[in-house]
Amino acid sequence: MNVSTQPLPVVTEPRHAPPNYLNDGYSVRSWLLTLDHKRIAILYMISITLFFFIGGAAAVLFRVHLLTPTGALFDPGTYNKLFTIHGVVMVFFFLIPSIPAVMGNFLVPLMIGAKDLAFPRLNLASWYVYMAGGTLTGYAAIAGGIDTGWTFYTPYSTMFSNTNVIAAATGVFITGFSSILTGLNFIATIHKMRAPGLTWFRLPLFIWAMYATSVIMVLGTPVLAMTVSLLGIERIFHVGIFDPALGGDPLLFQHLFWFYSHPAVYIMILPSMGVVSEIIPCFARKRPFGYKFIAMASVAIAMLGFFVWGHHMFVSGQSMYGGVVFSFLSFFVAIPSAVKVFNWTATLHKGSISLQTPMLYALGFIGLFTFGGLTGLFLACLGVDIHVTGTYFIVAHFHYIMVGGAVMGYLGAIHFWWPKMTGRVYSEFWGRISAAIIFVGFNLTFFPQFILGYLGMPRRYYAYPPEFQVLNVMSTAGASILGLGFLLPLIYLLWSLKYGKRAGPNYWKATGLEWTTQSPPETENFETTPEVVSEPYAYEFMELGNAD
Amino acid sequence: MQTEHTDILEVQFEDVEQQRSTSALGMWIFLCTEIMFFGGLFLAYCEYRHLHPESFAAASSRLDWMLGSINTAILLTSSLTAALAVRAATLRSAGTMRFFLGATIVLGVAFLTIKGFEYHTDYQEGLIPGASFTYSASQPAVQPREVEMFFMLYFIMTGVHAFHMIVGIVAFFILISKSLRNTLTVQTVENTGLYWHFVDVLWIFLFPLLYLVGHH
Repeated sequence: MNVSTQPLPVVTEPRHAPPNYLNDGYSVRSWLLTLDHKRIAILYMISITLFFFIGGAAAVLFRVHLLTPTGALFDPGTYNKLFTIHGVVMVFFFLIPSIPAVMGNFLVPLMIGAKDLAFPRLNLASWYVYMAGGTLTGYAAIAGGIDTGWTFYTPYSTMFSNTNVIAAATGVFITGFSSILTGLNFIATIHKMRAPGLTWFRLPLFIWAMYATSVIMVLGTPVLAMTVSLLGIERIFHVGIFDPALGGDPLLFQHLFWFYSHPAVYIMILPSMGVVSEIIPCFARKRPFGYKFIAMASVAIAMLGFFVWGHHMFVSGQSMYGGVVFSFLSFFVAIPSAVKVFNWTATLHKGSISLQTPMLYALGFIGLFTFGGLTGLFLACLGVDIHVTGTYFIVAHFHYIMVGGAVMGYLGAIHFWWPKMTGRVYSEFWGRISAAIIFVGFNLTFFPQFILGYLGMPRRYYAYPPEFQVLNVMSTAGASILGLGFLLPLIYLLWSLKYGKRAGPNYWKATGLEWTTQSPPETENFETTPEVVSEPYAYEFMELGNAD
Repeated sequence: MQTEHTDILEVQFEDVEQQRSTSALGMWIFLCTEIMFFGGLFLAYCEYRHLHPESFAAASSRLDWMLGSINTAILLTSSLTAALAVRAATLRSAGTMRFFLGATIVLGVAFLTIKGFEYHTDYQEGLIPGASFTYSASQPAVQPREVEMFFMLYFIMTGVHAFHMIVGIVAFFILISKSLRNTLTVQTVENTGLYWHFVDVLWIFLFPLLYLVGHH
């Protein structure tokens, strides 16, 4: 039978997207004075990307320096300033705000069916506070630099360093308040602004993770603020607080510093765990295995995380019994972390898995985090720690957590929610390529550092014995690949803003209230307040995901 | 003072009740961060008092416990007037509320004035830590350097406390001016009252630790 084919009508995309938060005003003022959580998330995203590349550039520079045993580029002082600026910028200005301030800001109200966060003005203020702190620390870095390392250990930082410690510490102090405001906002929002029917155990796991993170931000950050204030006072007035020569106690500084800075590690990793808990069910098309265990594990990590700080001080001269207790408690944190890993892998079991970019990052996260976590157990052993403390072993360990864990989670989140945030689809081809490059580059950079540390190469030295050169060259080569891998998403994501195809409301066929809105969401998020009548992650009722 | 149904509802909230309870929760969380903020200082104080008990007792005896006690009484009374202001706000009697807010401000300023005189005396006696610190110990167990540490902590702790009071007093002025322009909500009064009570409770801990250690 001969069927004459009628020419199909030409369907063009509408020239203007429907009203959404991105086209709701184009002026600079409409961005800088916005109270919309989604726009503030974008402001944060731009700022932390800038800081990420500043911190990354410093890392590339000192990795190049370490190509030769005597150091290829810099004098020792400059080398110290480079690794300090890398640490300070990456920890305080990238990792801590990364997922909470960008993805959390964007997603918390959308996921719980609210119009905005509880305190929009505080939310905007937090971004300004963050920028003020970042500017001051940036100034400290440019006007002479700082050479204390990101830990600001006393009495070096208060009595001996001739660099801009005060400016940098003030920058960190100020930025802390942006964390506090974000955490406060999230806790109040999650408690009070959930949509009707959205009970605690119907919350997405990302929300549980953000809640646990917020508790740490709110309880930990003020202690850091006080600690760096005392540091500044000692440096200005030369009155003994931490300097033993003046009757102070340097261990008090370390206790106070790590009381914040150890839980801060969980500020970095818990949000990534939340992201992975969203991505895995979506790309395995299954409910997460053991929802309540994953949720409670987040809370448990936040709580236990406050009682393990002493494991940073095993060789500091703290009491032996203190060391034993901190060692024991550190093993304890491994339990909820392992619960999560088991639950994610159990979720994958018999799922219909598709390997799109977000899933590649999520799987990368599980592997690298497990690596980082298990080497963390070595370090929690008192006897082992004494041998590898202050070596590259610990550098490799925490980079497996912070880059292999936190950054992978952040990139996974960016790719997963990019269609929602921008209404556009990025290039899946380039996404997968760069995820692979980052995975390879990361392992090549940091795996050799485990061996270097095990062989005894100390961290923070600008030169090393010649027998360590091969492994150092491998690490530097890896860092170059990693750097390239991080540049690629910057290019293709920006490209997609203009040339990517339009995403539609639910690009991944995922569950969750944020996917019921248009992409990008309208300024008010929802036309009517949604009502939740069922459990989350009902993937058995969803069709298969986007399969291109 | 706004009446119940004209409370300004911000866009992100569904109703006034949600707005109120959220704002109260926000204030409580903020006070938790304040406790942690001062926690670091209290830890430092406890450690050094434990390490240098004689010096801390000798240094503490240089403070005027009488003025400290008067200030404690003033501050406790100001918490009462703050509570009465909140009560008046709940009962929607704007005039009474402004009276009690004014009384709280007066008491707060009185506290700071007395504190200022104390600081002045310390300055005259050379007890300000730093280059001009002068202290001659009467007993061998008392080290001038440790006395200086006590005074460092004393000035930081009471200074940060005084800063919080100044913030509170400014907030009360804003409440009065808002009330005169009829843009004040009850919840704002309650939150500011909570903050003031926190500053008061903080002093309850500071007073014995700093003033009474040397007088046992």
